[in-house]
Amino acid sequence: MQFGIFTVGDVTTDPTTGLTPTDAERVQAMVTIALKAEEVGLDVFATGEHHNPPFVPSSPTTMLGYIAAKTERLVLSTATTLITTNDPVKIAEDYAMLQHLADGRVDLMMGRGNMGPVYPWFGQDLRNGIPLAYEHYALLHRLWREDVVDWQGQFRTALTGFTSTPRPLDGVPPFVWHGSIRSPEIAEQAAYYGDGFFHNNIFWPKEHVQRMVGLYRERFEHYGHGPADQAIVGLGGHVFMRADSQAAVREFRPYFNEAPVYGGGPSLEDYMAQTPLTVGSPQQVIDRTLAFRDLVGDYQRQLFLVDHAGLPLPVVLEQIEMLGELVVPVLRREFAIGRPAHIPDAPLHPRVKAAARPTDDTSPTSTTATAEPVPA
Amino acid sequence: MTEAKRSLVVVSAGLGQPSSTRLLTDRLAAATERHLLEAGLEPATEVVELREHAQDLMNHLLTGFPSPSLQAAIDAVLSADGLIAATPIFSASYSSLFKMFFDVIERDGLAGTPVLVAATGGTARHSLALDHAMRPLFAYLNASVVPTGVYAASEDWGGPGGATEGRLVTRIDRAGRELALAMTLREPHARPDPYANPVPFEQLLRGTSTPE
Repeated sequence: MQFGIFTVGDVTTDPTTGLTPTDAERVQAMVTIALKAEEVGLDVFATGEHHNPPFVPSSPTTMLGYIAAKTERLVLSTATTLITTNDPVKIAEDYAMLQHLADGRVDLMMGRGNMGPVYPWFGQDLRNGIPLAYEHYALLHRLWREDVVDWQGQFRTALTGFTSTPRPLDGVPPFVWHGSIRSPEIAEQAAYYGDGFFHNNIFWPKEHVQRMVGLYRERFEHYGHGPADQAIVGLGGHVFMRADSQAAVREFRPYFNEAPVYGGGPSLEDYMAQTPLTVGSPQQVIDRTLAFRDLVGDYQRQLFLVDHAGLPLPVVLEQIEMLGELVVPVLRREFAIGRPAHIPDAPLHPRVKAAARPTDDTSPTSTTATAEPVPA
Repeated sequence: MTEAKRSLVVVSAGLGQPSSTRLLTDRLAAATERHLLEAGLEPATEVVELREHAQDLMNHLLTGFPSPSLQAAIDAVLSADGLIAATPIFSASYSSLFKMFFDVIERDGLAGTPVLVAATGGTARHSLALDHAMRPLFAYLNASVVPTGVYAASEDWGGPGGATEGRLVTRIDRAGRELALAMTLREPHARPDPYANPVPFEQLLRGTSTPE
């Protein structure tokens, strides 16, 4: 099983100091977070994609290409890549290029984006969100698998005799996840292609997660990709930890109260009860995360959101260290217990697989993170 | 027996305890139940007092999801065979609490649902709010509003022509009869489950069943 970090890339004022990072500071912070994730033994770093303030990550492959050069093992991914407003031809080219530069350590997650004005900025219309996701992805899927493509659709200039370059590394397209909070059509799409399905599992009650993953698994089997329990599932999670759980609540509450997504709404306590947010001790995070398996079955990827709501970088790095040292080693061990042998790992590029150390899930003793120095 | 059952849900945005809006909806519910029984149908009535969900409604607007108790109220409304929707009139329209509830009802969740609109106010001068505010709201939601709406001003509850003898009682009975009739003409309402019977992807890809 893979563990990692996903970030929205928001530029948010720290409510306890009134300080707002510059775009430069936020971009560098995202890179530092990714390097820290590798340093403490996490497996995945995923960046969001946004084209409006207060978010900085508009160009994920530029950032991931830089991180690829500074890391050795980390799988680089997205959360999410906008399949609606991006040209699928450019996605095919950019991520194939990234795959070559990162020696295969790349996958990506498709999402629609949800802010109306972003669509017309890129010549699209929010009302076509779902049809755009279908058509663009159908084209992207072909561009990575067929050397020469003739294509005609509703939303993009037709292609005749087009070849997307570079071709995917060793002829293996990047693995694709599809992310959606509650659109059954997207679970259906992921199942149809036999791709992965990711539920962000933050900001929402667990019932959405359960229904969406349940539908995806059922339809994955329906489309003949294998039994439902072998479908590839990823989840998010939202945590803030201190050794003492009361200290965690005390420190996080001002960030919670002013946070962009839920600030001014329910109390921290109600929100923790109603969504997967966990503010407390590492043990509480372990217990809550292990319970995700009861919700969706054995799954393949767990990403944590730790840099949201204006938390300063040093605090975020402490969170990642706690994940690496105290939480993830236990999760690797515990998730491996009772996990049937036929449950697959998240697909990796063959080059990455060949280079990987012994599988974490089957050798619990080897899972303790070894801190590797970050290449200067 | 279950085929003869019809769920009647009352949404009241009254703020006082007791409120005149609730007083009105109780009378409307009783009239509707009476006419359902006469038609051989068994009413199952549930009342949603929006005041109890006021904080949760605001939280829902801010977070994008309802608390468990608000979810239960929304579920009740979305699976209703008939709806009585009542609000005090504030500043020439429905109250903000009333609107907040219908703002978090999904777009087609009330499509075809028979609805009786009702309102209360200090004077009869605001009675057209039923027609210029409430009917358009439910038209947007594709609900089926019965012809008679009931507005009760303070004066309707007493004096000659008040609740016991005159026009308010007559209107309540007529509105209740119309709602019961609309509920009788409609098959018991089964709320569609978006996760059951998924549309096959080939069909989605062809665009034959995509949302607009």
